Amino acid sequence: MDTDLAPSPPTTPLPGGGPRPTASAAGRSAALAPDDAATRPAEKMTARDLRAWFGASEALRGITLPVLERRVTAIIGPSGCGKSTFVRCLNRMHEVVPGARVSGSVLLDGQEIYAPGVNPVRLRRRVGMVFQKPNPFPTMSIRDNVLAGLRLGGERVADPAGLAERALRQAALWDEVKDVLDRSGSGLSGGQQQRLCIARALALEPEVLLMDEPCSALDPTATARIEELIHELRERYTIVIVTHNMQQAARVADYTAFFHLGELVEYDRTDVLFTRPSRRRTEDYITGRFG
Amino acid sequence: MSLPISRTRDLAIRRAESAPQRAFAAIGLVALVLPLLLLLFLFGSSLVDAWPRLDWSFLTSFPSRKPESAGILPALVGTTCLMGLTAVIAIPVGLGAALYLEEYARPSRLTALIELNIGTLAGVPSILYGLLGLEVFARVLGMGRSLLAGACTLALLLLPMVIMASREALRTVPPSLREASYALGADKWRTLRGVVLPMCLPGVLTGVILSLARAIGETAPLITIGALTYVAFLPDSVHSEFTALPIQIFNWVSRPQAGFHVNAAAGIIVLVALMLLLNGVAIWLRARLQRRIYW
Ligand SMILES: Nc1ncnc2c1ncn2[C@@H]1O[C@H](COP(=O)(O)OP(=O)(O)OP(=O)(O)O)[C@@H](O)[C@H]1O
Ligand SMILES: [Mg+2]
Repeated sequence: MDTDLAPSPPTTPLPGGGPRPTASAAGRSAALAPDDAATRPAEKMTARDLRAWFGASEALRGITLPVLERRVTAIIGPSGCGKSTFVRCLNRMHEVVPGARVSGSVLLDGQEIYAPGVNPVRLRRRVGMVFQKPNPFPTMSIRDNVLAGLRLGGERVADPAGLAERALRQAALWDEVKDVLDRSGSGLSGGQQQRLCIARALALEPEVLLMDEPCSALDPTATARIEELIHELRERYTIVIVTHNMQQAARVADYTAFFHLGELVEYDRTDVLFTRPSRRRTEDYITGRFG
Repeated sequence: MSLPISRTRDLAIRRAESAPQRAFAAIGLVALVLPLLLLLFLFGSSLVDAWPRLDWSFLTSFPSRKPESAGILPALVGTTCLMGLTAVIAIPVGLGAALYLEEYARPSRLTALIELNIGTLAGVPSILYGLLGLEVFARVLGMGRSLLAGACTLALLLLPMVIMASREALRTVPPSLREASYALGADKWRTLRGVVLPMCLPGVLTGVILSLARAIGETAPLITIGALTYVAFLPDSVHSEFTALPIQIFNWVSRPQAGFHVNAAAGIIVLVALMLLLNGVAIWLRARLQRRIYW
């Protein structure tokens, strides 16, 4: 078995430079037609009895959860329930925190990412991440920010301009920044910065994209753009999105997981979870009785 | 306009002040102004003394037995070379030590001890560094009274300050940016080189320059390692013997003839000007580099 987690063969190439039509309302509902037993895709990632600690305090208490291929999985739950910790365990960012520890198992395409031989650096190229707070690199221009992943990885970029353009188009930011590519990314608005960070993650063509509350600091317009973007990305990427906004989860996610106090309370198809939750705690949370 | 507002507020506060408060403020003011006046007086009197000697030929002449024709060129060149060489030695070593302590070292007794020592070393009298330099660089390593030995000694003197300034600068880089870099699949070294170092460079450089500006006047360590007091040539390599401004000044001050005292005053003015220049460069560099970092 390849313990070094070599990337699986690329699936579809990045779409060409042309402007992409935004998902129409009709296209959107079609894309979100719920899976049935026959159309349910394979598990891209699987967490099994995943536990995570910060020092002595246990933030995740045994999570078992699938992340289905080319679907959007939303994670909801009250503040402090371990949503961020969970997604950070999926690309081994949790262990970057001093004193943090993980046990249990996470599979990516059936391979254990916590196996001894696995290089977390290579893993993170396949499982990209967008943080809650936009964090463009302040010493780099917009273009260099997009290319940062490749450059920091020590790769020579054959066609930097083309790659930057494709990633920025995918992140629906190209039209706004195409004339100021040499300016700093920090001069952009919060929503633009967040899309820049998404473009930066997409430029690496990861297989899975983890988004930790990508819209929490954004206005409704920017939020709508990012949701649109998720709809488009869903065709080619597996997406996990953490959100506090249940309408957002209902709008963008195929599957939703509800976390509470470090435990997974319920996981189901989004439409099922929001209309016929099977657990009392889930129902209380989505109807606003706590959290 | 904001002036009238602040002035009325000022008045309001002053009215509310009690007598002891006002007395304390007055004492504070005196304590601030007195040393400044003293400094100004010293500088002013040196300037008055030095004025007749301060001309181009003073800067471009070699020392001489006759005070009127003695110049400061070898000392000026010596100091400049010494400072440049010191920076070249102190920056990589200091930054490397700071990187190790901040980024790689695990907290342990040993690192705690090292940190304590760095703090203490910053306060050690410079003549001790001179003695160390004499033994280690000049004698054991066989550098003799060379520019290189002087620069190594001064670099040693600066290291604690450079390390502390660099660590401070490293700590100002927000963790979110490191995380962003790790999440893009960069390893630690590439994160440091590509993200962290560019951000803390202004802090490191200003720290280095400011400590250089302090070291420029150091006399004791240079005398200890045997810098010459009378030099009629310019250094041609790092192995040359050399002199430096403070040593030249010291030499002139200790001569009996009044003419040399004028030269010493002029040398002091040159030294102060060089120091101010270095400080200015530090400010300029910081502003310039910071403009490349956009928040
Ligand atoms: N760096 C840290 N050090 C110590 N404890 C932490 C740290 N980060 C998170 N925790 C703890 O771990 C638990 C889970 O935190 P986590 O950030 O995963 O919550 P969350 O669900 O993402 O919350 P939010 O919705 O507020 O972002 C919390 O109880 C929190 O106090
Ligand atoms: Mg969170």
